[in-house]
Amino acid sequence: MSPNEYMTMGTANLPSASSAAGKPVGQQGKLKAVNLNFYYGAYQALHNISLDVPANRITALIGPSGCGKSTFLRTLNRISETIRNTRVEGEILLDDENVMNVDVTLLRRRVGMVFQKSNPFPKSIFDNVAYGLKVNGFRGRLAEAVEKSLKRAALWEEVKDKLHKSAYALSGGQQQRLCIARALAVDPEVLLLDEPCSALDPIATAKIEDLLFTLKDQCTIVIVTHNMQQAARVADRTGFFLLGKLIEYNTTEIIFKTPTRQETEDYITGRFG
Amino acid sequence: MTLRNRWRKTLSYFMLSLTGVCAVVAVSLLFLILGILVYNGWRSVDWNFFTKLPKPPGEPGGGMANAIVGSLEIILLATIMGLPVGFMAGVYLSEFGGKTFAFLIRYMADLLNGVPSIVIGIFVWTVVVRRFHFSAYAGGIALALILIPITARSTEQFMTMVPQTLREGALALGASKWRAIATVVVPAAYRGIATGMILGVARISGETAPLLFTSLNNQFWGGGLSDQTASLPMMVYTHATAPYDDWHRQAWAAGLVLLFGVLLANIAARLILSRGIAVQK
Repeated sequence: MSPNEYMTMGTANLPSASSAAGKPVGQQGKLKAVNLNFYYGAYQALHNISLDVPANRITALIGPSGCGKSTFLRTLNRISETIRNTRVEGEILLDDENVMNVDVTLLRRRVGMVFQKSNPFPKSIFDNVAYGLKVNGFRGRLAEAVEKSLKRAALWEEVKDKLHKSAYALSGGQQQRLCIARALAVDPEVLLLDEPCSALDPIATAKIEDLLFTLKDQCTIVIVTHNMQQAARVADRTGFFLLGKLIEYNTTEIIFKTPTRQETEDYITGRFG
Repeated sequence: MTLRNRWRKTLSYFMLSLTGVCAVVAVSLLFLILGILVYNGWRSVDWNFFTKLPKPPGEPGGGMANAIVGSLEIILLATIMGLPVGFMAGVYLSEFGGKTFAFLIRYMADLLNGVPSIVIGIFVWTVVVRRFHFSAYAGGIALALILIPITARSTEQFMTMVPQTLREGALALGASKWRAIATVVVPAAYRGIATGMILGVARISGETAPLLFTSLNNQFWGGGLSDQTASLPMMVYTHATAPYDDWHRQAWAAGLVLLFGVLLANIAARLILSRGIAVQK
């Protein structure tokens, strides 16, 4: 879609780019991976992953370091393409449309991402949140949109008096919530979080987890986490990755209480990993 | 203490002193040069030096106003031509270049960096001056050829220091690649890029050999940018090699003014570069 088309599309908010606006939300798969393989050069990092992410639910991906869970997450918004010499096989479907057929900038507006290490831009708090709106040709009232996003990310009260200060003046936990606010500003349908709490203390982590619950109504969330307690706390469904394979994927309760695979049980009970 | 231990301590002390002495020698060279220039040149650096034209041999007084303006003109031309090309090439190397092609360009930029400046002078003389005329334009082109690889490499260096996570953050919000570069990566690296540019301009300000064949020199104001043009380095060369005491003093003065200009640019660059990239560590 060209920026010109955006400009003609009302002022209240960014248009919903979803072609499935009329479908009922809830149980059907928002995002699906079908027989996904991923290669860094000759090295195969993902083996035949098929996984169905339900809409308006939190899906957690767990597994030991290097098991491919982050790699998988990064294929979902095609940010993996920024690394040279990588290759994807198989399909990723967003509302049953192959993401390879979606314009990549449009896809990334629909599928937002929060990274492991908070990565605010060297700009003011306000400009950080406004960035996604600006690059997507937002024509409404920027200040209102920024305020709304900061409120959704539960950061507004802490930063409302210093919106034009550098984002680097914030603490680590605040920076990560700023990055979430930045991602939410463009109203993504799916939010991908790549170990968002790995550098945060328990209090900041709790704030972000609370935030995820409130966001569930508005978008579909996929979170990669190292922390099994976190997955157990927040996720509706959990997938366990090992050595580039999806070992088991089920509701969180089943994964943590009655896993069917021995590897899952070993990992959950801390026998390795 | 054993003999061996004493020997080790003595050797250590000796080597430490030697490196210290060498460090002092390295730094004091700058002050030696400055001192000699000031000693020989300060009497000739007066108001006339900045406002008057050179006098013919035998007549005392006069100045180098034309050379100061001429130097500024040539440097400005080189900057206008060289900085954008160098900057864009640096952006390409850092952000777009594939493995082999970027390697080739980088390698060739380094080779161009190492080309003796007099060879660049001869090259521009062949390509430009022989077809047209000695001119400030030709001088500017010659200096731009030196400036381009310097700017390209320094721009690339500071752009690659910007963490990949910032690029990904911008791309993940739906920014196109050029937009992410223009609005996130370049702003994050602008201090370093600006510093590299200033140092590059400072470097070409003192070049003499490329001007020898291109802008030549002029004892008068000359007929604009397409005429042969005076410059401070050329004035130092012609005046220092002439057999007149008064000219020698003028040459010292020109050297002094030139050195101060370059030093000021360097200090400015260091001040800007309080940090190379505007990203938290």
